[in-house]
Amino acid sequence: MSTTTASAPAVEPAAVAKTPRPQRARRRRRLSQWGFIAPAVVFMLLFFGYPLVRNVVMSFQDFSPSTFFDGKSPFNGTDNWSKVFEDDLFGKALWHTIVFTIGSLIGQFGIGLALAVFFTKKFPLNGFLRSLILLPWLVPMVVSGIVWRRILDQDTGVLNSFFDTLGLGGGHTPWLTSPSMALFSVIMVNIWIGIPFNMVILYGGLQEIPKELYEAASLDGASAWRTFRSITLPLLKPVITVVLVLGFMSTVKILDLILALTDGGPADSTQTLGTLTYQNSFVQLDFGAGAVVGNVLILISAVFAVFYLRANRSEGK
Amino acid sequence: MTAVPPPDATRAKRRRTGRRARRAAAPLTVVSALVATVALAGCGQQRDDDVYTVLNSSTDDSYHSWDAATLKRCSAQLGITIEQQSVPAAQVMTKSLRMASSKSLPDVIQFDASEMPTFAEPGGLVDLRTLGLSTQDIPKGIVDFGSYKGTYYGAARTVNTLALFYNKDLLKKAGLPVPTTWDEMRETAKKLTQGKQYGIALSAGGAEDGVFQFTPFMWSNGGDETELDSKNVAGALDYWKGLLKDGSLSKSTVNWTQADVNDQFMAGNAAMMINGPWQVETLNTKKSLHWGIAQIPVPKTGDKSVGPLGGAILTVPNTGDTAREKTAAKIIQCMSSEKEQITYARNSWMVPANEKAAAIWRKEVPELDALADQVATARSRTAKVGAGWSSVSLALQSAFQSALTGQNSAAALKKAQARATSGN
Repeated sequence: MSTTTASAPAVEPAAVAKTPRPQRARRRRRLSQWGFIAPAVVFMLLFFGYPLVRNVVMSFQDFSPSTFFDGKSPFNGTDNWSKVFEDDLFGKALWHTIVFTIGSLIGQFGIGLALAVFFTKKFPLNGFLRSLILLPWLVPMVVSGIVWRRILDQDTGVLNSFFDTLGLGGGHTPWLTSPSMALFSVIMVNIWIGIPFNMVILYGGLQEIPKELYEAASLDGASAWRTFRSITLPLLKPVITVVLVLGFMSTVKILDLILALTDGGPADSTQTLGTLTYQNSFVQLDFGAGAVVGNVLILISAVFAVFYLRANRSEGK
Repeated sequence: MTAVPPPDATRAKRRRTGRRARRAAAPLTVVSALVATVALAGCGQQRDDDVYTVLNSSTDDSYHSWDAATLKRCSAQLGITIEQQSVPAAQVMTKSLRMASSKSLPDVIQFDASEMPTFAEPGGLVDLRTLGLSTQDIPKGIVDFGSYKGTYYGAARTVNTLALFYNKDLLKKAGLPVPTTWDEMRETAKKLTQGKQYGIALSAGGAEDGVFQFTPFMWSNGGDETELDSKNVAGALDYWKGLLKDGSLSKSTVNWTQADVNDQFMAGNAAMMINGPWQVETLNTKKSLHWGIAQIPVPKTGDKSVGPLGGAILTVPNTGDTAREKTAAKIIQCMSSEKEQITYARNSWMVPANEKAAAIWRKEVPELDALADQVATARSRTAKVGAGWSSVSLALQSAFQSALTGQNSAAALKKAQARATSGN
């Protein structure tokens, strides 16, 4: 940014007059290009670059409530890191995050794709049903969480009562109250929330596929499965990548849903890296330790972003 | 901001007038200027001389209006304007810390007493005694409740604790007396468990609610937060496990907040519950429910029932402006005066902190006598561990949840003790 403003007066005014036309035009274009880019660069540096760097630095500092008063946050080497990594809870939270993310993505994407394909068919009430499925997306995450907590209550929840009336009660299922079930239930709820997003984007992608290809396939006598595998999937690939990467980014950092459903419990069985960051930073007010977990989350996301960019680049060729 | 033309408009005009495109760098300057203005505006907040701010967590409609009425009376009495700023309870601490770093602290902050040490430790609060507030007529337990390391930082208007709420009709129908010991409570709960109705409900949730509810069992059994792996703490946890094993307590308890527990009790899904007076307002909305209140049962006859002291305290943050701090203390004095305490207690069903006010209040609501007695022997969570409470609390909630879902109590608590001490 400083180069554009500093170099500008240097060429003025005599130099400008002497330079030949094409060169002047090129320079003018270059400068205006920079003018367009600069605000974005400044924005990125301020709102993404600074917090990112600050978070990394903070993870090497003793950043406690007293820092807010005296502004002192002495560097403490890798103390925060070793403290976080030595805690069993970190390993648990990392594992839960992996299971949660993979489980959610498979469920959301699988059901979302099935529904998207289903809705490409013409049938009565298609549009109405499609908009109905969007509902989970419109409800705020915390509201869904609280409603689902009631639905999944072991004794008074609607879900268990429903199984009761079907005669499938057989001892109430401890959806959220057993440490071995809770993570599974939380994943289920997150799948429910994520289906609309997956469906909408994939449905949009399906609309882009030329109808002629399907006609040609049916003339060739291709089966439904073959058509799906050889036409739908390959042509949908760019959209699939986008859906999965966006889904990954929003799932891996999950916090609000878990806080509303289980608060990380019972017995830490639904603690994820997101809830651990929250707990360290905002319950224990140990911002250094919180930053460590936050950095791990960023690192995981960064690795996937690289994969995404590479996939995009190879497609571009 | 409106004075600065948007970058695109500037650009279009320049091009039309045929000026050099080099000026395209203008948007950059505009953006930088905007950013600088916004950043600077965020810092120095202007203080108005006659306007004072009280930061509290009264986001709930009724609490907000009660406080507004109190502040209106105090404004008139002191000849100043007092504004109320309410944020959710979980954000009071982080908001205050941010305000401390940007030097824009309010004049009075209402903290949950268990959080106060965290703010007092780095010197964020002013000693109320030096500002002229007296602790006369306030029981020692409640003075300690608002103190950290011997300094009195916070004045309570009212305090609360936990008690045993019971459904009078159900107990009467079963011909059972109100339990006073652990064994009696376990028996009573067992007998009252039938069909969809559980004998007792309590919160063992994975947050402060659950820990708050565990403390009366831990403390009445001689346990202590500094030694989570002691036999007495394990005994209290085993007692909870026993209630679960009998089937008198729903397994959902590990997922319940105290508000959920109240819902269960009101819906008739539980014959007794452990809860606090802040639920009374809601309980009274159901006219057909006849509830009674008693002290939390003790391990053996003759033991003392020790409940956790809860509630908010009014503090003066350290702004360095002595004149304003003195006025802030006067605001607190007004808010916690005998008269205001009684008014607040009548609204919120909590017990006035001042002895004289409490005596008057007791006569008005004899049905809450048991609660007032429980408050008299209650203790604060932070008296022993101070700012380390959050670590203890996190370790403890993880431990009792593990134990209630199958693990051995002693093993879970041993781990909790290790975690609690490493976190400090």
